[in-house]
Amino acid sequence: MHRTGELYEQYRTLEQQRETASLGMWVFLSTEVLFFAGLFMTYTLNRSTYPDVFSEASKTIKLWPGALNTVVLIASSLTMALSVWASQVGKKKLLPLFLIATLILGTVFLGIKAYEYHDKYVEHHIPGWNFNFEPGADAATNAHAQLFFSLYFGMTGLHALHMIVGAGLLIWLLRESLRGRFTPEYNTPVENIGLYWHFVDIVWIFLFPLLYLIDRH
Amino acid sequence: MSATPAAVNQMPREHYLNATYGIRSWLLTTDHKRIALLYLASVTFFFFIGGAFATMIRIHLLSPKGLLVTPETYNKLFTMHGVAMIFFFLIPSIPAVLGNFLLPIMIGAKDLAFPKINLLSWYIYLIGGCFVLYSFSTGGLDTGWTFYTPLSSVYSNSAVTPAVLGVFINGFSSILTGLNFIVTVHTMRAPGMTWFRLPLFVWAQYATSIIFILGTPVIAITLLLAGLERMFHLGFFNPALGGDPILFQHLFWFYSHPAVYIMILPAMGVISEIIPTFARKPIFGYSFIAGSSIAIAVIGFFVWAHHMFVTGESTYAALTFSLLSYLVAIPSAVKVFNWTSTLYKGSISYDTPMLYALGFIGLFLIGGLTGLFLACLGLDIHLHDTYFVIAHFHYIMVGGAVMGYVGGLHYWWPKITGKLYPEYLARIAAITLFLGFNLTFFPQFILGYLGMPRRYASYPPEFQVLNVMSTAGASILALGYLLPMIYLTWSMRYGEVAGPNPWPATGLEWRTPSPPPTENFEVTPEVTWEPYDYDNRPDLGLDVSGAPALAHGDD
Amino acid sequence: MQADLPLYPDQASNFAMSVDGLMAYITAICAFFAVAITAAVIYFFFKYRRKHPGEVGVPIHGDMRLETLWIVVPLFLALTMFGWGAVVYVDYRRTPMDTLDIYVIGKQWMWKIQQPTGLREINELHVPVGRNVKLILASEDVIHDFSVPAFRVKMDVVPGHYNTMWFRPTKAGRYHFFCQQYCGTNHALMGGWVTVMEPMDYAAWLSGSSEATANPVLAGEKLFAEKSCNTCHLADGSGRAPSLNGLYGGKVLLADGSTVTGDDAYLRESILNPAAKIVAGYAPVMPSYQGQLTEEQIIDLTSYIKSLQSQPVPAKGSGVAPATGKK
Repeated sequence: MHRTGELYEQYRTLEQQRETASLGMWVFLSTEVLFFAGLFMTYTLNRSTYPDVFSEASKTIKLWPGALNTVVLIASSLTMALSVWASQVGKKKLLPLFLIATLILGTVFLGIKAYEYHDKYVEHHIPGWNFNFEPGADAATNAHAQLFFSLYFGMTGLHALHMIVGAGLLIWLLRESLRGRFTPEYNTPVENIGLYWHFVDIVWIFLFPLLYLIDRH
Repeated sequence: MSATPAAVNQMPREHYLNATYGIRSWLLTTDHKRIALLYLASVTFFFFIGGAFATMIRIHLLSPKGLLVTPETYNKLFTMHGVAMIFFFLIPSIPAVLGNFLLPIMIGAKDLAFPKINLLSWYIYLIGGCFVLYSFSTGGLDTGWTFYTPLSSVYSNSAVTPAVLGVFINGFSSILTGLNFIVTVHTMRAPGMTWFRLPLFVWAQYATSIIFILGTPVIAITLLLAGLERMFHLGFFNPALGGDPILFQHLFWFYSHPAVYIMILPAMGVISEIIPTFARKPIFGYSFIAGSSIAIAVIGFFVWAHHMFVTGESTYAALTFSLLSYLVAIPSAVKVFNWTSTLYKGSISYDTPMLYALGFIGLFLIGGLTGLFLACLGLDIHLHDTYFVIAHFHYIMVGGAVMGYVGGLHYWWPKITGKLYPEYLARIAAITLFLGFNLTFFPQFILGYLGMPRRYASYPPEFQVLNVMSTAGASILALGYLLPMIYLTWSMRYGEVAGPNPWPATGLEWRTPSPPPTENFEVTPEVTWEPYDYDNRPDLGLDVSGAPALAHGDD
Repeated sequence: MQADLPLYPDQASNFAMSVDGLMAYITAICAFFAVAITAAVIYFFFKYRRKHPGEVGVPIHGDMRLETLWIVVPLFLALTMFGWGAVVYVDYRRTPMDTLDIYVIGKQWMWKIQQPTGLREINELHVPVGRNVKLILASEDVIHDFSVPAFRVKMDVVPGHYNTMWFRPTKAGRYHFFCQQYCGTNHALMGGWVTVMEPMDYAAWLSGSSEATANPVLAGEKLFAEKSCNTCHLADGSGRAPSLNGLYGGKVLLADGSTVTGDDAYLRESILNPAAKIVAGYAPVMPSYQGQLTEEQIIDLTSYIKSLQSQPVPAKGSGVAPATGKK
């Protein structure tokens, strides 16, 4: 592992290295946008085809965990931004603390998600696993509700997977920051992982209303 | 071939091939040149696999009732041929082999922006490949490479899930390569290497990489959904559960159409390098060729539903996509005109790479022009899903992309290996390839217009004569492929030493030894010259005295 | 005609000549450019071959006028190709009013075809010369495609949708039809023959055939009762569901204020996914029949409901929007 500020071999200057890493993360995030876009497109088309069933199905998802999770994630973006700030101004003691805060909030998010998934399990709303929307539902309603929940699990699941990866990155970041690796001259990993974390947050900001807030007043 | 006084060329003492030894130094390398060779080995492997299936297909089709295999097996053959060739050979070939090797050197850099991610790309490719090979060997795959639902997600009894997972995983290899290339071109250029001094091969790779990063994620999610549908009986694309099979087609083709531009743009980039070198003059219309690559990449994202003209899509949609499909043809035409014009008043040599480049122009011309037939709504009704389509895309993908790849391999072989291939044998192979190819695929245009459907394990007897012609051509084509594999391998050991610039050519890659040292350049070059500028390169040792100075037209 | 080495199939429909004409036009343009460029390449290749080892070419960087020329001219030609193709296509997608309607069901790996009288055929389609024929295409499983090269027509057969296609046969004879969308193991065997007959012969065949014919309207009427449709859809409009008299071909007023045409696709959707469109003034209580009816049964029900179009529409209790008549 290269130490603080050391130039990787393929670069000519530290500035070039920093720019490159940053551009790399932005390009990567654009691929993620396209990745989620396919899923969002599928969701949007299906929702406009089966608006009533989607509305009904959405209402069976408890609102408060989703809302709480939204607050949690936004808070975690705040703590992440604060970590980036700490690394930029050289506050080497604060940096790990903000990272830990972000990690905790991320874990809380995943915990609440697990609780929601459990709810769905109990209600037989997990597609492919004894799925039954409600007693007495006819075949078409069941099929369309299963479509909603497939998309629900697909979208939130993919998002959660990205959170888990993000948590792993945060742990790495934490370890490196405890070693004093990040300075005002070299904090690129903090910035770029921060970008990633904010992106995952933004995906949730779209997911939440689409999935939880259909037709709720 | 070199005009310098006949000093016998010597291999440099230390270069990227012998800098370190041992299997770990290859499997854990981050040197873009070694990674390129790792890819060369793996794409060649998949080419053999896809080629073996193609051979069986052509033999089987000698007889109207099918000569070789059962319909079940035949359906697996054409599917696996498509999957292996498209995802594991064509799409990676030029970018991952030639692009990886050359991009950093062409822009004066020591390596790509993210060398470790480059290695990761290769491993991801391998893992995807393993899944697909697993699918091939345990039940095979019989859905067509297009995986249309609900056939693939519900009805097929073949090993769809591992195949779909394999292609999904492989997609990330493409995405990371594209990401690497884009960032590299933006931030790693040597001083003085401005955008408009970039070799056209680099422009082509850049345009291709845009498609890699924006298109591939969509097929990734699409195949993931189809795989989940199959595994858990979900209903995204299954009408019995409220889903829409046409949605699958839209999502699938949103990537898969731009994917064909992934396959051809790099080859066009190769041609744009070869022709100036062997005509010894600048490319005609540099900025138009560069711009047309970007135009193809962009417009290419807006034509996907021309694969769906007979699905019952709305007439308005069909009209729009047909019009856009005609628009996307124009930049390709611009390239062909510019390449041809480059030959005018050139000083043309008949070296093998030039033969491949000219063969490319001829075959791509036919392939591209026949695209105009298919973009035509009234004609497409009749031609859709017939052998006309098969002939069209093989002319472009094989006659175009593969010839570009093989031509590029020949052109840069001296740089990659430090050795020259045997020239006369290579010319014979190039001509064999060209003739064999035409005999294989031209009859298929006629078969298509007569109505013979594609993906047919048996056919009405009146189609037999043309099928036999096609198979005869295929046997010649196969020879055209085997020959280079043999003599290129032979040349690695026994070939004449090439020297740094055998042709000679003007790019930065020809200013380093052959093979290059691991860090590519002893000293970072500083670029002060325009590309393909034979007139102002005294270091090439050419005779520019006789060439009349011409008023330079538009650049 | 071109007996020994045919380059095109028989021309047996109203579309054949325009498609072949279009083909000839595009071939001519493309052949011109292909030959011109190939000739130029070959000519330059030999004329400008290297005369001595160190020779270089003449550095010509480009020419704006040439670039403009070879952008504008191909663009113009491309637009003409697009235009003519579009005209043919629009004609093909606009089904005329006066068609002979034939139902075609594709399933792995056979075609079940139903003539208007209910006469059923398997892998054979009989049609009369000179009549506009509309095929209504349904799939029971995967995507198929019904294609008649001699007519120059084809259309995908997609499960979950109805697709329609039309043509007018112009020459009596027997012509191949193929399944033209890969559909599994016996895709290549999923074809048959279209027999185009003189109108008199067609009529004779239709009435005289000894093939078992279940009149679809009667079969549909029976199903209508069996599946309890008649308990809600009372003919006099007094039931929980609208009367179906006059529905087929009429305009239906929906709960959200929009109107829709009561065609085959609407009927099919209403049977399989009734919640999709609710008739104005009615509650969304109809259960879905998804999974309970085969494609043939849906066609039989549709035929029966079609037969009600001439029945008197009740003043109250009908979905038919007033004042707009039938198709």
